[in-house]
Amino acid sequence: MSDGASTEILRVSGLHAFYGESHILHGVDFSVSKGELVTLLGRNGSGRTTTLKAILGLTGKRTGSVLLNGRETIAMPTHRIAHLGLGWCPEERGIFASLSAEENLLLPPAVGSGGMSVAEIYEMFPNLAERRRSPGGRLSGGEQQMLALARILRTGARLLLLDEITEGLAPVIVQALGKAVASLKARGFTIVLVEQNFRFAAPLADRHYLLEHGRIIDQIPAGALGAREPELQRFLGV
Amino acid sequence: MTQALFGQLLVGLINGSFYALLSLGLAIIFGLLDVVNFAHGAQYMLGAYLAWMGLTWLGIGYWVALFAAPAAVGILGMAVERLLLRRLRGLDNLYGLLLTFGLALAVEGLFRQGFGISGNSYPVPAQLTGAKNLGFMVLPIYRAWVVVASLVVCFSSWLVIEKTRLGAYLRAGTENPRMLQAFGVNVPLMFTVTYGFGAALAAFAGVMAAPVYQVTPTMGSQVIIVVFAVVVIGGMGSILGAIVTGLGLGLLEGAAKFFWPEISGTVVFIAMALVLLLRPAGLFGRQR
Repeated sequence: MSDGASTEILRVSGLHAFYGESHILHGVDFSVSKGELVTLLGRNGSGRTTTLKAILGLTGKRTGSVLLNGRETIAMPTHRIAHLGLGWCPEERGIFASLSAEENLLLPPAVGSGGMSVAEIYEMFPNLAERRRSPGGRLSGGEQQMLALARILRTGARLLLLDEITEGLAPVIVQALGKAVASLKARGFTIVLVEQNFRFAAPLADRHYLLEHGRIIDQIPAGALGAREPELQRFLGV
Repeated sequence: MTQALFGQLLVGLINGSFYALLSLGLAIIFGLLDVVNFAHGAQYMLGAYLAWMGLTWLGIGYWVALFAAPAAVGILGMAVERLLLRRLRGLDNLYGLLLTFGLALAVEGLFRQGFGISGNSYPVPAQLTGAKNLGFMVLPIYRAWVVVASLVVCFSSWLVIEKTRLGAYLRAGTENPRMLQAFGVNVPLMFTVTYGFGAALAAFAGVMAAPVYQVTPTMGSQVIIVVFAVVVIGGMGSILGAIVTGLGLGLLEGAAKFFWPEISGTVVFIAMALVLLLRPAGLFGRQR
């Protein structure tokens, strides 16, 4: 990474994380610079989702170091970490079923300045505007996914952790999400993307990190992707 | 004939008002914290005793006690949550049940030791003495006040929970507290304040109950069993369910006292058994 330390938004070093007795992450190291989109690639169970959760302090015990904008967060409670400008879109989407779509959208408190306005968000996701009064639990999978993404754009979070946002969705919705993520990158958001759908991630990302057994084992810049694709396919088992 | 029926229905409505206030607090606490708060009865009893002690020892009147006692019990509740219940988070909710049950027994025991089991009476405040003859029945003013005040408190709590941002946090936290915390909401603090609020509601009910029932160390454990039945019938964690079911069951008890007095003590539990058979999640509950 040639970027100076001043633009580094996230630096994870020697991160170990546990769920109860199970030791899931075994010293994860990676960093993300301002405005970058990086992916965490790996098979199921390699620790990608756990890495995102560990950054937020949502695992059990965790050790090592997670610097957000240069601040050490390893000992902070989750809600304080979020206020350093973090937005999380979890794999299971985390839509509150008993709240309306709009209540879901307006729920997260501001964690930074300059979040997108509700009007801008509805422009990006017109479906959500139509379904604003529906309970979150009644939305389709695609609508829930858009809502899960939309609701962290309002808060002023500048670093987005997106976990498997295309999982189980129809191609037309995946396409719409791809457009949305590209436009977020263009707006200057910094994004860490955990993705199984390699074809979705490839054109969006600046760099790819490969995870195996709870460690980063390699890093591939977007430019070198073509040459290494067969090897990657094998690695991901797709 | 109708005099007697309306009399019993009124008693039922009064009891129902207390059931509603108490089960509202239980439902809010269970919903957010996943704690089955067996100390709720003790918190109710503490409210009544604080009012009684304030009046007897310090000359502090009803109206001050109506706010001061819930505040004191609420602060105590927050301390209990922060110092004890928080340590049990993540464990099966049986542990919280056992802890609060133990606390209730300890508090009740201490009060028995200190005050004996015979009741102390608490006078109706001067502004609310007397009764109004409505023609078909005589309505004691204080009892009307109990019904109105508890309805106001219950429905304003419900409005806050359903219609405000604070309430949206509470509802979201009830569904998925970790997600809410990941958004930057201080969920541990919410837990503490919510438990304190539930305890304060119980104490508020206790102060209101002081002039109606005897103030005794066991008043809490007597009412809490019925209140748990109310919460189960209404649907664990359902706010509206707790309020409506509380009032409804009070009336049902009252009606039973008139039509079939022998069954009035068990009618609530018969209703509970029926509801559990037909709608296990409760009348207003959602299947989790």
